Amino acid sequence: MSALEAVLLTIITASTPLLLAAVGELVTERSGVLNLGVEGMMIMGAVTGFAAAYTTGSAAVGVMAAIGTGIAMALLFAFLTQTLAANQMATGLALTLFGIGLSGLVGKPFTGLPGVKLGAVHVPGLSGLPLVGPVLFGQDLLVYASVAITVFVAWMFSRTRLGLVIRAVGTNHHSAHALGYDVAAVRYGCIAFGGACAGLAGGYLSLVYTPQWIENMTAGRGWIALALVVFATWSPNRVAVGAYLFGAVWIMGLYAQGIGVTIPPQFLASLPYLVTIGALLAISGNRILTKVNTPACIGQTFVPDR
Amino acid sequence: MGVRLVLEKRPERSRAMQVASPLLAVALTVLFGSILFAARGFDPLHANYVYFIGPLTTLWSVEELIVKATPLVLIGAGLAICFRADLWNIGAEGQLIAGALAGASIPILAPHWDSALAIPAMLLLGMLGGMAWAAVPALLRNRFGANEILTSLMLVYVAQYLLDWLVRGPWRDPQGFNFPKSIGFNDWHLLTTFGDGRVHLGAVFAVIAVIVLAVFMSRTLLGFEIKVRGEAPRAGGFGGFSQAGTTWLCFGISGALAGLAGICEVAGPVGQLQPTISPGYGFTAIIVAFLGRLNPLGALLGGLVLAICYLGGEAAQVELSISEKTAQVFQGMLLFFILTCDTLIRCRVRLEWATRNPSRQRQFIGLEGGASRTADAGGAAQ
Amino acid sequence: MKKSIVVAAVLALSLAASGALGADALKVGFVYVGPIGDHGWTYQHDQGRLAVEKALGKKVKTLYIEKVAEGPDTERAITRLARQGAGLIFTTSFGFMDPTIKVAKRFPKVKFEHATGYKRAKNVATYSSRFYEGRYVIGQIAAKLSKSGVAGYIASFPIPEVVRGINSFMLGAQSINPNFKIKTVWVNSWFDPGKEADAAKVLIGQGADIITQHTDSTAPMQIAGEKGALAFGQASDMIKFGPKTQLTAIIDDWRPYYVQRTKAVLDGSWNSTDTWGGMDTGMVGMAPYTNMPVDVAAMAKATEEKIRSGEMHTFAGPIYKQDGSLAVPKGKNLDDGTLLGMNWYIKGIDDKLPK
Repeated sequence: MSALEAVLLTIITASTPLLLAAVGELVTERSGVLNLGVEGMMIMGAVTGFAAAYTTGSAAVGVMAAIGTGIAMALLFAFLTQTLAANQMATGLALTLFGIGLSGLVGKPFTGLPGVKLGAVHVPGLSGLPLVGPVLFGQDLLVYASVAITVFVAWMFSRTRLGLVIRAVGTNHHSAHALGYDVAAVRYGCIAFGGACAGLAGGYLSLVYTPQWIENMTAGRGWIALALVVFATWSPNRVAVGAYLFGAVWIMGLYAQGIGVTIPPQFLASLPYLVTIGALLAISGNRILTKVNTPACIGQTFVPDR
Repeated sequence: MGVRLVLEKRPERSRAMQVASPLLAVALTVLFGSILFAARGFDPLHANYVYFIGPLTTLWSVEELIVKATPLVLIGAGLAICFRADLWNIGAEGQLIAGALAGASIPILAPHWDSALAIPAMLLLGMLGGMAWAAVPALLRNRFGANEILTSLMLVYVAQYLLDWLVRGPWRDPQGFNFPKSIGFNDWHLLTTFGDGRVHLGAVFAVIAVIVLAVFMSRTLLGFEIKVRGEAPRAGGFGGFSQAGTTWLCFGISGALAGLAGICEVAGPVGQLQPTISPGYGFTAIIVAFLGRLNPLGALLGGLVLAICYLGGEAAQVELSISEKTAQVFQGMLLFFILTCDTLIRCRVRLEWATRNPSRQRQFIGLEGGASRTADAGGAAQ
Repeated sequence: MKKSIVVAAVLALSLAASGALGADALKVGFVYVGPIGDHGWTYQHDQGRLAVEKALGKKVKTLYIEKVAEGPDTERAITRLARQGAGLIFTTSFGFMDPTIKVAKRFPKVKFEHATGYKRAKNVATYSSRFYEGRYVIGQIAAKLSKSGVAGYIASFPIPEVVRGINSFMLGAQSINPNFKIKTVWVNSWFDPGKEADAAKVLIGQGADIITQHTDSTAPMQIAGEKGALAFGQASDMIKFGPKTQLTAIIDDWRPYYVQRTKAVLDGSWNSTDTWGGMDTGMVGMAPYTNMPVDVAAMAKATEEKIRSGEMHTFAGPIYKQDGSLAVPKGKNLDDGTLLGMNWYIKGIDDKLPK
């Protein structure tokens, strides 16, 4: 295996959970909802994914469980913020707190056990090609899923009415409501989608990335996903670019160290956030770009007047 | 699915509910908590006692309660103002760190400066540091229209890494065997303490801040303007204060208080700089602000409630061997219930039969088919 | 305010509560920095707690608080255990040092044991483990088994404990192959399975065929297994995560120390000591030597035995620093003070130590 190939493979594995969680959160945010509970949903996905896979011996069951748990957590958030109009930021933070605690409880019997790894898919004939083979055709299923989901989301927002509706709800919930759209229902759907993706991202950690369950194993990746959505200015394509860039900066930093170049690790670690603020500035300065993508209602509670 | 929950905005906040809602929240938490405790094999009555009453039963734990609540109240009160103005500063954790760094520059860079001015200077620098960190999202919002929720959140990480770099690098204790911490502050750079030596001057500042902010919000034109801005953004501005002006003001206040909380922590209970100086106070304070209904006086209560919750969780670990995770789940639940019950103040909740109101039917969200149906329904509603 | 009411209630209730505590068994408190489920640092300390319970049965009762943040909460957590009547308290993270000293002043009758620190008092002892002794052994194994002559080292933070480990590993390796190379990657975390996995992949990609780590998770072991490399476990035996990969593991074994110190409190012989225990005290243990030829295992065992018996010091001179200057001449050993503050690499390590 060539060095370049190894680096590319490492970057892809490091980026995939970020991409999954971020693209889900993107859909949620596009509908005008800020769910700060990504970390909580993700860690619950990780623990249930591991537990289900370990118990049944099937990684596929694990993946399903991770998605299901992500959705369940998201629906809890949706019920509080949409049906009961609780504040999104406070609820999201509570969801993270709750998720981290609950995952510790659920995961207790599963600590220190080697897990079931979701195997790689080899596209016959193609995965043997040099460089592009393993990178493009020898990944695990979830890598393809993350790309497919991103493509689907991009297509949905640019080509479908559903995409338009979500954007309308996120941009101005009052007019969307006045037009007869059920704001709460659209948001329920988007939140659940975000939860499914976050759960899947967690499952990726405990089933592919490092097939084991350890408390706190998400280690802040949910928050990075939140940053990525902003970095991408709510564009699915840019989320993918951002996730891979983030992974690449991180891996290249490790790589540079391995060949003897030393950079203060804190600088490297804070770089993505500085870049994100920079990106935010760049788009904020550009009115058109801002208007196109930014969900103006983000974080605001909506209770219809009737 | 015949029945659905429907919320209706109350014309005015319900007085009755304002009293009933916190009680209901606590009752629900105790109920669900008891189920959780019982399910894990603990005596629910005793567990609830350890949790909620225990922290209030000794002078020591009341003092610790005050120590724990101090930063939460300081930050929460400032955030309450910010949120009231519909400005979402969720980066108080970063502002806390920035304040701690700015203030700690005196004891670290001038450890021998023993003067009556040292503490005031540290506190001032702390507030300025927090303010400076909060000014960035304010500036970006005013100047470029960048979303302050996200910029303030990003800056939290930057502050954390800055602290990390300083205590592992330039500000590391030269006598500390390379361990990541600064020198311990000299006695003259530590805040005055009361009682058993844990409650510090910060507690006094917290009470003062709460009172000043409460008066400011209820008695001054500026305070009124902040409230108006939050409720009807377009109506603001008549007091001669621009939108940008209120943004600066709110971020300035909340940043300064977070910075003050930061320097009070490092010059109080911590006594030095180290890689972690706050167990997430800046984030917890967001919840505090909401528990206090975005009212500075409420933040005082909210801070105490969360502090009890935290101390109770710790006590439960020691006294009942209830794991820290159970405590965390319990806290999460309490927050869910409080947030939920808060809704009752603003809104009326009733059950509605979907069939009785065909124009508001729940629409199916699917792919294209669903989308076009939604669009049709939209047309029909017109 | 309602403060006076609160105070009155407090007094009344505290009177009621204080009678309830029985004081027969010695209460032993533990303050943990991480969750017990980390399967690394905290997990091993908790194994020590369980061993105390097992060894001393009804004579002791253990209490613990996990996930105590290093910061404003530390002092309270330690105080809480002291107030609960603990007669002996283990504070198991370096960051708990100053709070431990502070609380110890206020509870002169309670004995404190602080792990990995250097500040002591009449009722505060310190203890740490010479993990680096184990690193010498694995360095030798690595040099014997590596085909590429390059080992990958996943490091957490450039503090003396970690630097010491890297140097010791290299000394061991150089004793077999003077041209042995290591590549070091700093992940800036004690515990992040994902990052550790990434680091392992990068190192293997750069030609390392043996992975060792000074971080806590089992992820590098799994990655090494996937990529066909070999690896050493850290903190606990990780053989379950790499049945075909793990060569051995350096195990933090706090059990004998915890049991011994608890017994000392029970029989009144406890005093403030500074224990820096190595293989001789049982604090550093090696997991079974697996996945290696018999002769290599025999060599490792022999070295282990020499270190245990004191016949050999892992930092025996001559040792040269990276810049070529002599750190310790032939015939002498590096003293503990220098080891404790070690912030330089030995000759032969190519990387620069991050400052």
